Amino acid sequence: MENNLKENKTDKDLKQKLVEEFKSMESKLNGEASGNFHKIRKDAIAVFDKLGFPVKKMEEWKYTNLNPLLNHDFHYSSDRKQSELKKSDIEKYKFESGEKNFLVFVNGVFIEDLSSVISNSENIYVGNITGGRKKYPEIFEKHFSKYADYSDRSLVALNTAFSADGAFVYVKKNTDLKEAVHILHISDAEKENVMLQPRNLFVIEEGGRAEIAEDYYSKGDNFSFTNMVTEVYCGKNSHTGHYKIQNEGDKDYHVGMTQVHQEQDSNYSNTTVSWGGSIIRNDLNAVFDGRNTESHFFGLYLLDGKQHVDNHTLADHKMPDCFSNELYKGILSGHSTGVFNGKIMVREDAQKTNAYQSNGNILLSDDATIYSKPQLEIFADDVKCSHGATSGQLNEDEMFYIKSRGIGDKNAKALLLKAFVSDVIDSIKTDEFREHVENKLEHKLEYILR
Amino acid sequence: MLIIKNLKAKIKTSEGDKQILKGINLTVNAGEIHAIMGPNGSGKSTLASVLTGREGYDVTEGEVLYDGKDLLDLDPEERAREGIFLAFQYPIEIPGVSNVNFLKTAINEIRKSKGEEPMSSVEFLKVMKEKAKLVDIDPAMLSRYVNVGFSGGEKKRNEIFQLAMLEPKLSILDETDSGLDIDALKIVANGVNQLKSDKNAFIVITHYQRLLNYIVPDFVHVMYEGRIVKSGGKELALELEENGYEFINGIKENAEA
Repeated sequence: MENNLKENKTDKDLKQKLVEEFKSMESKLNGEASGNFHKIRKDAIAVFDKLGFPVKKMEEWKYTNLNPLLNHDFHYSSDRKQSELKKSDIEKYKFESGEKNFLVFVNGVFIEDLSSVISNSENIYVGNITGGRKKYPEIFEKHFSKYADYSDRSLVALNTAFSADGAFVYVKKNTDLKEAVHILHISDAEKENVMLQPRNLFVIEEGGRAEIAEDYYSKGDNFSFTNMVTEVYCGKNSHTGHYKIQNEGDKDYHVGMTQVHQEQDSNYSNTTVSWGGSIIRNDLNAVFDGRNTESHFFGLYLLDGKQHVDNHTLADHKMPDCFSNELYKGILSGHSTGVFNGKIMVREDAQKTNAYQSNGNILLSDDATIYSKPQLEIFADDVKCSHGATSGQLNEDEMFYIKSRGIGDKNAKALLLKAFVSDVIDSIKTDEFREHVENKLEHKLEYILR
Repeated sequence: MLIIKNLKAKIKTSEGDKQILKGINLTVNAGEIHAIMGPNGSGKSTLASVLTGREGYDVTEGEVLYDGKDLLDLDPEERAREGIFLAFQYPIEIPGVSNVNFLKTAINEIRKSKGEEPMSSVEFLKVMKEKAKLVDIDPAMLSRYVNVGFSGGEKKRNEIFQLAMLEPKLSILDETDSGLDIDALKIVANGVNQLKSDKNAFIVITHYQRLLNYIVPDFVHVMYEGRIVKSGGKELALELEENGYEFINGIKENAEA
């Protein structure tokens, strides 16, 4: 009981601070305060104020406790100073094969000097929200906050209220973005605890094509809290490859909502890779709002120490003839915890739905835990749905076979673990992203199996 | 090369421990091929498992010296690096790991243990093609996952191919002939015959004399109930084939008498 009271107090503290910060930000706005954008933000802060931070007694937050995060004193200031990071500081975050479209955000603020974009044309915009909103106000109005509903999701509300900046990718009708976009979000906690509210918007119009990676890192010894929201609009017959890679450190908290809206005949593929961070909660929701859409969700979490990663996904089949396939794989060692909650919703009109889901886990330690929960809610009668979840150890016969050829314990494990996750890695279509993830995987396995 | 002295081992099962090897004595020198025959359950495969370090067995007595070293003290991978190879009775499928990657990792780890430089990709491919020919393996198969989707015969040929790649000093072939048709049997035997030299040795475990028509042993040992009950030259295999169980029962009575 005492503990409960304490928790509520802390929550209130941080919440109250944020609400006050919002008012202070508002007072500094000039003409903008009367605009539509700000109307949404104002509405969102009211929702956040009402709902507060999620608590464990909510079914959706049963296994993920945000209290450790709320106990820290986060200084959130909406008018950030420019980062002092130099070009040489970000070299190590770049992809091995070089960067083409590279957007750098530090503590949520776009750093133009560190970014480079080659694809911008009259049909393509790759940049930040602030710039995109000026250039394409009608596109921004049409899509911003239209998919990531915050009415009952307090963290989305919080992000929406403070959504100052983030990446904006706009691909016009029948345009191929060709060169992939690499978005780097760094939380710089070098001097103090930091809180970030990155907000990304990707609009891929009818017949458009794009490959986009969100890459999250942290630096510094203080705590960071990233609360991100990405909205993706997939127009008719568009193709989108979307990747999220989480490389933060053990003092970093990350909660995020990726909300996807798919029109008829569109194809969307998401791969979420989590191997850094202390407490991570990812929500990936796709709504199929047209017939014959195709959706792929892939995920990989590779955890050790006391890491906690919670992946919640929703494939919301609203229309007939849609296909969704989901494959999440986890490797857990140390005292780490994984949560997989995959929900497939097949609504009344969504006849001829094909929806598949699978979650596989390898536990490398007796102290690691996985909670895997498939959820199927089917209201149509002519559908094909399946789900499956497994968890186990490495196969002893395979291990012995490999060792009997002279391969030591560590490399034998690494071979089998790489094989185990290979289908998730192979889902990354862009070569430079995939090679980057393969290299990271190699290092992370080396570390886990040390 | 290998000296087994009074080796006794038990297997750990859910129903308790079971003594399988009850005192094996065997000496294998370089340049020799030894065949070990015997009925099901006589302990042949257990001997192979104990020699290669598979988990689940307790050695209760005796010792095994390999090039003068205590073999039982080494991990399976260390034994392999010292030149011991087991061709599995039931080769394991490893989805997601290609044959090429598997063998390259193995060869380079063995080299590293000897302080040698890793094999270059060019050299590896060259050697691989050469050795694949030896057991009539299509090199295209080698980019596939280890044993996945291979027929029984292909799996056994892949074992001999791995043997050829790793160039072990002591090879143990555990019922490599089981499940092979006569053509595949000839291919496998031909591979082994080309690989044998005065520097390496083979222990060929088999039920049937058939394989020994193609891989001609210098010594034949008959195993029964955890012991080698009779040893002789290659003619012993023919004798066993002709007389079967009766022959063994005779030995058993002799042993008990």
